[in-house]
Amino acid sequence: MDTKNIKNAVDPQFFKEHQESLYQALEDKHTTIELMDEEDPLNTKMILNMGPQHPATHGVLRLILQLNGELIEKAKLDIGYLHRGVEKIAENKTYQEFMPYTDRMDYLSPYSNNVALCTAVEKIADVEVPERAHYIRMIGCELARISSHLLWLGTMVMDAGAVSFFIWTFREREKLYDIFDNIGGHRFTISHARIGGVANDLTDDALAMIKEFVNEFPKELNDFHGLLDRNRIFFDRNREVGVLTPERALEIGATGPTLRGSGYAYDIRDFEPYARYDEVDFEIPTRLEGDNLARYYVRMEEMQQSIRIIEQCLDKLPKGPVRTDNAKQAYPSKDEVYYSMEGMIHDFMMTDTGICPPEGEESYHAVEGPKGELGYYIKSDGTGHPWRLSINSPSFKNLQALEDMLDGEMVADTVVIIGGVDPVMGEADK
Amino acid sequence: MEPVTTTSYIVLGIALFMLLNSAAIAVYAERRVSAFIQNRLGPNRVGPLGLFQPLADVVKLLLKEDVTPAKGFKTIHAIAPVIPVVTALMTVAVIPFGDGLYVTDINAAVLYLLAVNSLGVYGVTLGGWASNSKYSLLGGLRAAAQMISYELPMGMAVASCILFSGSLSMIDVVNSQEIWWNIFRNPIAAVIFIVAAFAEANRTPFDLVEAEQELVGGFHTEYSSMKFGMFFLAEYMHVVIGSMLITTFFFGGYHLPFAGYWLPEMGSTMKMILDVSVFTIKTLFWAFTFIWVRWTIPRFKYNQVMKLGWKRMLPISIFNFLILAVLIYGYHHWLG
Repeated sequence: MDTKNIKNAVDPQFFKEHQESLYQALEDKHTTIELMDEEDPLNTKMILNMGPQHPATHGVLRLILQLNGELIEKAKLDIGYLHRGVEKIAENKTYQEFMPYTDRMDYLSPYSNNVALCTAVEKIADVEVPERAHYIRMIGCELARISSHLLWLGTMVMDAGAVSFFIWTFREREKLYDIFDNIGGHRFTISHARIGGVANDLTDDALAMIKEFVNEFPKELNDFHGLLDRNRIFFDRNREVGVLTPERALEIGATGPTLRGSGYAYDIRDFEPYARYDEVDFEIPTRLEGDNLARYYVRMEEMQQSIRIIEQCLDKLPKGPVRTDNAKQAYPSKDEVYYSMEGMIHDFMMTDTGICPPEGEESYHAVEGPKGELGYYIKSDGTGHPWRLSINSPSFKNLQALEDMLDGEMVADTVVIIGGVDPVMGEADK
Repeated sequence: MEPVTTTSYIVLGIALFMLLNSAAIAVYAERRVSAFIQNRLGPNRVGPLGLFQPLADVVKLLLKEDVTPAKGFKTIHAIAPVIPVVTALMTVAVIPFGDGLYVTDINAAVLYLLAVNSLGVYGVTLGGWASNSKYSLLGGLRAAAQMISYELPMGMAVASCILFSGSLSMIDVVNSQEIWWNIFRNPIAAVIFIVAAFAEANRTPFDLVEAEQELVGGFHTEYSSMKFGMFFLAEYMHVVIGSMLITTFFFGGYHLPFAGYWLPEMGSTMKMILDVSVFTIKTLFWAFTFIWVRWTIPRFKYNQVMKLGWKRMLPISIFNFLILAVLIYGYHHWLG
């Protein structure tokens, strides 16, 4: 197979050596594409480099497309432009210290990431979490899911050309940010969960805001449905675009709405319930078509289900502590820290050493993030730092399916399909 | 063709002045209307209600660095933005703004309009090609294909209006609508013409020439400074001209609805003011619709645009033309 040497085909103008080494790196990564056929007299074929700096690739995703006219013959994916080495950072942090980094992984649903880390640590260190904390976590996770899906909706529809939608969904997200602000003191990277519970109880304000949101949001969701479901252009742009068959989805390891859109009803909340998902009643929206429209319906229905879960959580919300009362496993409450010597020592020790899972223990625990199975694998050496922490991120897995989906589609579909897969590069590149 | 009179020059001067300004106002309107649609405020800092925002925009564009791609075709890259502006300005020559208020009355005005209107795409295509950028090239190619596909149904829709006026002069086209606007007599062609006008103006849902999300900026990816400003200006002038053409061909031009039945005789000055106001209001309404549509619905895909143009609109417009022709012939020869 003849390959085209990118190095010869481009003429770097700025900092030649650096550019050349970059292109050489690309060669080594096999991101080059076969040389164009000699028998192409009309010159209809072209290689288009999309990204990493591109308005619609959701961050720094890079696509290299081999085009025939407007048709994509072959697509190559290049990720890693947002690699920050968070897994390595984790090895130098205590478990609790690492939590703010998880916020910045899938930065559209920080709460799910916090909970994913906490549950994984709680599993390996065998920590009991109070009942109320479970429910607060569920509320937070579902709010994060709605927030993430709203951003997906806005960007995906904007990629299809309707710009205003983005702003309408952001108005709703703004309300969610205000709620998070009231829950944990942060609008965006909330870091509210703690190992052994949550940082603080929900305030009355926060509860009232959540209730109001739960009441108001279904109406907005109906409006979104009304604008899109019967919109011929939106429908045509998404139906039978980026089809992923169930077999292929499983082979690749797609997860979350991408997998459920392909007809496989896998949701960790139902298969291996964590927190108290086994005590609430909800459905797993699944579609059989596997196209972009299916993914749209799955996510839209998931938002409805999230509202349902939050409503049930609010009804069932038990009274009690929000963090486990064991100073070896979790931070003591601030009252203890301020007014007792032991409390202060424990607080100090938690910050300095942190929770120490048994030596040699390893465990994997996954939660259902908005984008799919978000799992943390932890190997402990008995100290307060993980010996190895690796993250199974849904965006990374779903991106694997992208090359498959893009082959044979049109240039205009790329952005819609990327939108439909909903990758977050912070999570995919880690 | 009528001799060129002083009125012609006055109308031409005012019309050109207004058209250039209307583009600026359309930019402001677009930003305010889109803000209104999106629950925002829009520009409201420069001057009263932000009305001087277009001025600030122009100053900004003038002061920006003018970048030409190193491997682009510099001459064509510089000429291309001028073409759509010039062709857009040329169209005002034959549009009647009021009773007797027109620059010139040529007997093939409709053909002239269609010809000049479609020349504008040369600027887009050449600009896309001369930029030596793949995104620009794709945008330029899309523009060319789209223009050809929509010129035909548009021509057929206009032709079916000509059946009513029996003349290719724009003055006659408007005067034939004094009682019955063409939208009532010929609704199918009206719909086709409006859709085609959106496509010709490269506005959503047909803005795949620019397609900000997939082609970055389409044909103007590599344009900056006032060269980009020219394309920008041309886009909004096309919106205004598209609105004027929709008004002229299907919404009775400067005539009020069924004016022939009820509108009393009035002095020439009064009539002039009334005509121009009516024409302006209709144009404004359609310009608003252009903006409204742009900020509400998604964009078509390239193959869908082609399918719509060739498989739906073209056959419908041809059949519409044929059926109308038979009906009108029958009306005049057997009934009338």
